[in-house]
Amino acid sequence: MISIKGLRKVFQAKEDNITAVDRLNLDIKDGEIFGVIGYSGAGKSTFVRLLNRLEEPSEGSIKIGDREITALNKRDLRLARQEIGMIFQHFNLLWSRTVKDNIAFPLEIAGVPKEERERRVLELIQLVGLAGRENAYPSQLSGGQKQRVGIARALANNPKVLLCDEATSALDPETTNAILDLLVDINKKLGLTIILITHEMHVIRKICNQVAVMENGKIVEQGEVLEVFLKPKQSVTKKFVEQVMGSGEDDDLEQLQSTYKGEDIFRLHFVGDSANQALISKIAKQFNVDINILQGKITQTQMGAYGNLIVQINGDEREKDNAVAFITEETSVEVEVIQRAN
Amino acid sequence: MLTNLFPNLKVEDLIEATYETFYMTIIALAGTFILGILLGLLLYLTMKGGLWENRVLNWIVASFVNVFRAIPFIILILLLFPFTDFLVGTIRGPNAALPALIIGAAPFYGRLVEIALKEIDKGVIEAAQAMGAKTRTIIFRVLLPESMPALISGLTVTAIALIGYTAMAGVIGAGGLGNYAHYFGFMRRDFDVVFVCTVVIVIIVFIFQFIGDIISNKLDKR
Repeated sequence: MISIKGLRKVFQAKEDNITAVDRLNLDIKDGEIFGVIGYSGAGKSTFVRLLNRLEEPSEGSIKIGDREITALNKRDLRLARQEIGMIFQHFNLLWSRTVKDNIAFPLEIAGVPKEERERRVLELIQLVGLAGRENAYPSQLSGGQKQRVGIARALANNPKVLLCDEATSALDPETTNAILDLLVDINKKLGLTIILITHEMHVIRKICNQVAVMENGKIVEQGEVLEVFLKPKQSVTKKFVEQVMGSGEDDDLEQLQSTYKGEDIFRLHFVGDSANQALISKIAKQFNVDINILQGKITQTQMGAYGNLIVQINGDEREKDNAVAFITEETSVEVEVIQRAN
Repeated sequence: MLTNLFPNLKVEDLIEATYETFYMTIIALAGTFILGILLGLLLYLTMKGGLWENRVLNWIVASFVNVFRAIPFIILILLLFPFTDFLVGTIRGPNAALPALIIGAAPFYGRLVEIALKEIDKGVIEAAQAMGAKTRTIIFRVLLPESMPALISGLTVTAIALIGYTAMAGVIGAGGLGNYAHYFGFMRRDFDVVFVCTVVIVIIVFIFQFIGDIISNKLDKR
């Protein structure tokens, strides 16, 4: 477990001091993919760099496993760092070394003998899907391939924790997805804890279990990804959720209401498993109603599906009531009435 | 034919002088490389935000570099006469030129090394630190290999300056092509000798430039 208490970082500037991370408390369970999201300047990058003391904390304590990172001397910190992998937005590979030698670098630092090094490097190349490119130089690779080298390098010394500092921000959407899949894959195979910093809610949605929203050096909201998606409390969080789900649709609603005047319109809120249950077709079969999907979006998170649909339900008055009652009572989908005919 | 065109030229003297020029340049270049890397690394590591940030040491090294770069080479040789005499035991011949050549060229190269090191992406150094690398490892496995093409092209520039220095040192008795051109050409008003020496020096410069470019390009995988 990673346990952070009262973590604070103040940068000394000429005029006034800047508090980049402000008395942060956080517990991260083993094997979790923990996302930290915030706009630039929120302090999230400083936060992740405090975890392996690339930035020295001004106050507070960081405990990874049973090692108190903040209490280590220089030598022990170096050893501890060998067990904390890190990947970067701009990959930070050595251009003078081939893929193979880049991945071998942390092993050299850890003093692993040559034969063992070579064996391990081959293993890692397989793991991240770079077979056949081991003798290429970074300049000959695409962005996604470079990040794969970065990941292999970070995993070389079998770390317990992987820190990702905007690891996908320099990649195109498709490559981002491939890298995120790789991270999930690694998380499942090796059971390592991943702490991931990003400004894209899409990344959080796709791979995280837990999310923390940062603003002005503080965590303003934290919880399970689905929970935060469902009930964003802070305005920043709402904005981030809108990144993925589209805006609040209030303008659209008015338009819908005027277009479908005198019809029954409902909003169905899907959270968790039931979204996978073919709800719409089930209702259409069980009840004598027609369902017309007007608008909506459903998206998948690591913890299940999340989203909402705006539907029009036509049919006999009693059948309609039964259908709505069924959804409300028998499934975890929440029903919100937008407009009723009578 | 050669004797018709250049009646005063003695081929064996020319070869001897060329050899001395090469000798001085290459030995001095090796010394300059080591001392220059040392100075450049010190400047880089002790600068603000550097791995060994140290204002006092940085100031001392920077002052040393600036002072010795400011002294015109011909005066530097004269200034270093006692030091040379003590170190080499003579103030004549190619060996006697070496201390002045190295001390004259190393600060210049040191600055080039510093510039080359500053060009390295900070993120790469950070990545090495995040892997738990010692500063020694960062110097020998990151800083020097990553800046090697720039270090080599800087060394090429320095080598060419050094060839010029050896000619100046030659004029006051260090041997080599400068010495030969001055004593056997200029002093005797045999300008054919001066001309041939010039051509040979230009060829030597071209050779160094050519080799430097090839090595630098070969190392550059960016």
